[in-house]
Amino acid sequence: MASLIPCPHCGIRPTEEFDIRGEVPGPRPAADADLQQWVDHVYLRENPRGRLQEHWHHTGGCRRWLVVERDTRTHQVYAVHDASPSP
Amino acid sequence: MTSARLPAGGHLDRDKTVRFCFDGKTFSGHPGDTLASALLANNEWLLARSFKYHRPRSVLTADAAEPNALVTVGEGAATEPNVRATVLELYEGLQARSQNNWPSVGFDIGAINGLLSPLLRAGFYYKTFMWPASFWEKLYEPLIRRAAGLGEATSQAGAERYEQRWSHCDLLVIGAGPAGLSAALTAARAGAKVMIADEQAWPGGCETPRPDSTSPGPGETPAERQFAELLAMPNVRSLLRTTVFGWYDSGVFGALERPGPAPDAQPAARLWRIVCKAAIMATGAHERPLVFNGNDRPGIMLAGALHTYVNRFAVRPGQAVAFITNNDSAYRCAADLLAAGVKVTTIIDRRAVLPASAQGLERLGVRLISNAHIVATAGRRRLRSVTIARNSGHTTETLAVDTLGMSGGYSPVVHLSCQRGARPLWDPAAAHFAAPADSDGLYACGAAAGYQAHTDCAGHGEQVATRLLDLLGLAPATGSNGQPGSAAFAPRQPDTEPTPAAPASWTCGGPADKAFVDFQNDVTAADLSQAVQEGYAHVELAKRYTTAGMATDQGKSGNVNASGLLAEARQCTPGETGTTTFRPFYTPVPFGALAGQHRGEHYRPRRRSPLHEWAESLGARFTQVGHWDRAAWFPRTGESSWQQAVHREVQSVRQAVGLCDVSTLGKIELFGADSAEFLNRVYCNKFLKLPLNKARYGLMLREDGFVLDDGTTSRLGEQHYLMTTTTGAAAEVLNHLEWCHQVLWPDLQVQFASVSDQWAQMAIAGPASRELLQQLVSDDLSEQAFPFLGARPVSLRNGLNARLFRISFSGELAYELAVPADYGNSTAHELMRLGAPLGITPYGTEAMGILRIEKGFVTHAEIDGRVTPADLGLDRLAAPDKAYVGHRLLRRPALLQTDRPQLVGLLGTKDGPALRAGAHLLGIGQSPSMANDQGHVSSACFSPSLDRPIALAMLRNGRARHGETIIVWDGLQETRTEATVTDPGAMLLPGQIAASPAPAREPSNTAVELPLPVRQAALPGELAGECAPMPAGQLQITVGPPTTMTLILNATNGYAAAASTATDEQPSDSARPWLPGQTLWLGTNPEAGDGQFALDLSHARCNLTVAGPAAIDLLAHGTAVDLESMPIGAKGSCTTALDTITVLLTRLAPDRFEVLVTRSYARSLLDLLILWGQPWLPIGSS
Repeated sequence: MASLIPCPHCGIRPTEEFDIRGEVPGPRPAADADLQQWVDHVYLRENPRGRLQEHWHHTGGCRRWLVVERDTRTHQVYAVHDASPSP
Repeated sequence: MTSARLPAGGHLDRDKTVRFCFDGKTFSGHPGDTLASALLANNEWLLARSFKYHRPRSVLTADAAEPNALVTVGEGAATEPNVRATVLELYEGLQARSQNNWPSVGFDIGAINGLLSPLLRAGFYYKTFMWPASFWEKLYEPLIRRAAGLGEATSQAGAERYEQRWSHCDLLVIGAGPAGLSAALTAARAGAKVMIADEQAWPGGCETPRPDSTSPGPGETPAERQFAELLAMPNVRSLLRTTVFGWYDSGVFGALERPGPAPDAQPAARLWRIVCKAAIMATGAHERPLVFNGNDRPGIMLAGALHTYVNRFAVRPGQAVAFITNNDSAYRCAADLLAAGVKVTTIIDRRAVLPASAQGLERLGVRLISNAHIVATAGRRRLRSVTIARNSGHTTETLAVDTLGMSGGYSPVVHLSCQRGARPLWDPAAAHFAAPADSDGLYACGAAAGYQAHTDCAGHGEQVATRLLDLLGLAPATGSNGQPGSAAFAPRQPDTEPTPAAPASWTCGGPADKAFVDFQNDVTAADLSQAVQEGYAHVELAKRYTTAGMATDQGKSGNVNASGLLAEARQCTPGETGTTTFRPFYTPVPFGALAGQHRGEHYRPRRRSPLHEWAESLGARFTQVGHWDRAAWFPRTGESSWQQAVHREVQSVRQAVGLCDVSTLGKIELFGADSAEFLNRVYCNKFLKLPLNKARYGLMLREDGFVLDDGTTSRLGEQHYLMTTTTGAAAEVLNHLEWCHQVLWPDLQVQFASVSDQWAQMAIAGPASRELLQQLVSDDLSEQAFPFLGARPVSLRNGLNARLFRISFSGELAYELAVPADYGNSTAHELMRLGAPLGITPYGTEAMGILRIEKGFVTHAEIDGRVTPADLGLDRLAAPDKAYVGHRLLRRPALLQTDRPQLVGLLGTKDGPALRAGAHLLGIGQSPSMANDQGHVSSACFSPSLDRPIALAMLRNGRARHGETIIVWDGLQETRTEATVTDPGAMLLPGQIAASPAPAREPSNTAVELPLPVRQAALPGELAGECAPMPAGQLQITVGPPTTMTLILNATNGYAAAASTATDEQPSDSARPWLPGQTLWLGTNPEAGDGQFALDLSHARCNLTVAGPAAIDLLAHGTAVDLESMPIGAKGSCTTALDTITVLLTRLAPDRFEVLVTRSYARSLLDLLILWGQPWLPIGSS
């Protein structure tokens, strides 16, 4: 029926306003990094049971990419922040 | 038919009569009746046949838990099956019929199943019908399905309208019984925003007090007076006939509101999504049946239900009423029945010691039998007698009774509190499952928390509400009986004697094979003990083995008894057995309510191109591409098929000139010092040195190396670029760019915004395109002045500023001309007028498809997420010496293999069969198999230029196989067709089609004045007029005139945008916070400051106003934003999705909202607003 995400820019909004990209991967490898590093970065995910950081895109609102930290068992949302908060 | 209505009493409007029809017979009842009560009052007790054994059934309950009395209502498309007669309010002309019987509910052939019942016991699927296995699907299953079942759904589309909306409150009170009413009043008087919902049509909960001298008027109860007080409070929304069916994440509750009794009430139902800070579960308790042999005969019902039928509906239940009970509540029922003039003969108590209240009844002539149970019942279509046995001895006695009320204790309705994973807790003292202790945000109250007496429930309601007010930071109103701030967490001591201890036995005796536990699924005590014997003792396994607790009632009456019986068989406690999992929905929710308005024309929003009216005026046939309506072809009189029109359009473009609407392409403008660097990183080809006023084809990859999209990007200024995307991938590409900008490289100095809706864009293609355009464009379009891939702003001779791009998707000399969207129709008509002497034709997506296939250009039919640049023959584009998205994984060994499917052209045989997209490619003589598969056809058409079927295909190692003959195998059409593999770019060579000599004409005179362009807004004046005259009553929807709108991009990079929020203080009332780092100015044209860029979006947005007392209710259909708390003024603006359409919402006044919507969605949004507004709009305005 719904779950709500507290968007740091827009306030509380329903999940329908968001696109979910999935688990936040590790840092993007350097351009010339080993191929295996790139394969891991693009394809490998931890998929934990419990706390997870994910990239969500508020397409029906501020159009910002956000990091949503939630629990995969309970869907409890612990924290939401902009994906590019500070240099 | 004798009436069984008591001469007085009940909460009915006896002055009015309602006529209705059940199984073809006409009856009458009164307003206030349910279908069940009206039938009982007409002495019709046989209402249904049971699921498996087709046993005669009547009602068990008087509420939503009813397992037996399911009926089908309505005819044809309006048919609704499995409606509980116990909650269906009577209305004039109601047509209902019984289910699961043939030829009639009175004489049902299927009852023979009762004789076969030993064969149909638990698990019979898996045993009786095991052999032979092949008979299962063809014979056994269809037979079983026909013999057993519920009502049948109609396959016709219904005309009902369903609504969905959001609502926000501090406190949601679920249930308007004594506890709920007192909780809601406590919170509301303290000023909290309260919503109270009850599934019944009346407040007061399950027990209806007998009208007496304390009631000032007929039908008015204390609960009704409390409810009336709530209705009058502005901070309370009070809903009856509204079932809160689910508790979801983040404190969101789902509720279904049904209209009052009316044959064609609209909406048919309203789905509420309620966001609250806390909720009180005052859902009451369900009385449990007792499990004994023959406990399902018509005339046997729950004691509380009997009480309701007598007190609320004034039904005289029968000539001789008995009760069987294991607790005290039956005595209260019996007393009320006696007071109403009903003859109560006997009370059979399972217990040895009777309560004090029993003596009074004995004095009134009621026989009391303690320490006894029922071993058998008799009576086919109505109970005739019950046979009892003393627990102490073996003697039995048969009593003549026609009605039996049974009470096995009460189960708190804890469903909602258990829907999010928590399990209910067995309370052995109270003999019930209680709400889980840890139900954060949802608090059980009243009977749902185990209290029984009204005063206890009401007291507990006030106590819980007081505690929650404290948590919410609201003090209770002065004068309230609650103690402000008191830690009222201690359980309240009930004023009355406690609930009964767990029964000594969960069965009452007699043979177990007709002792029903789950009435709806015909599951008996024998079935459950069999499940235990056969190893299915776990409560979840037993449910699946016996079907106990399934179907529409989800075991509301039977599940606790089932847990008890399983516990007894396993010699453990019900707490150890546990319950099955509680899931939404509490009661059935129609699919229509879940779908809401998303059906028919409102299934999804439709985007209209700015050239829509132009195409419509030329008779275009439209097709849906994503959300867009696009012109597919333009038939002319005399043409007998669409192919004829499309081939003419293709030939026109090849030989003269054609005009096609390409406004649907995605358009994104980019600014900033690093914009070239940004493009260079998102495209696989190089973009650092794109010259000013030039366009370049670009190929964008995903990080995994596969192609995401293609398009052209033009450089319009030193730090100013315009990117185009394909129509289908426009949204995805913008998301991707935002990802790159915000997540990958927030340090890059680049800003961008979509301008897709600002521009109407036309492809002008064909050998005469330059000659045509030169008549409209002031700038020199000669080859030298405007070469291939030229891209720059131009002036039109009618005064418009436009953009012109010399790009081609047809292989012909071609341009794309962009004008501000509101001038699109006018410009297209002007081009048609100027082009008439040149033989111009409008062409649609069908002709565009053929033109590009003939030339080997790809679309998303080829870019299907599985292709690399090399697969498309574009490997030369992928720069080897730079880093871009996808560069590393593109060089994976697997993507470099030469036997990957590669783009080829296929030439079919002249006069041969059509080639079809999706067909597979095979070697000659090979049979179709995974091993032999050589690739597939991605796009196909008949080429009028080559006079044969042609196609584009992905063929293994295709580039090395040009010239080869291959088989095109179409498994759907079962055809094998030969085709020749070719270079996709060489199917139709330049010059192969000769331009038709232009007809003799006067040389075009570029000195002639052109008419001024006409501005045409997306929502034209007459449409505004259609809506504007709505009386200034509840609701006004108005379309604003076109306004200057300028978007200022303030933020310098991704970090800066992240730091600014939509709630930043805005400099002026005419400025709206748009996205973080962007401000939209209305009615003014501000200069861009240092590091800022300005974008004209005057044509890209439409301005609607929704005003009136109903404005918030209307908009709450679409947005989850709490509109009542939204600040007034520009600084409170927010971007949100209204349904699925994104809008910028500004509250101009308490009940006046400005809605800025993207141009192409404006019509769809207005349609939605009018649809939602139907209840308030004057008749005929929709």
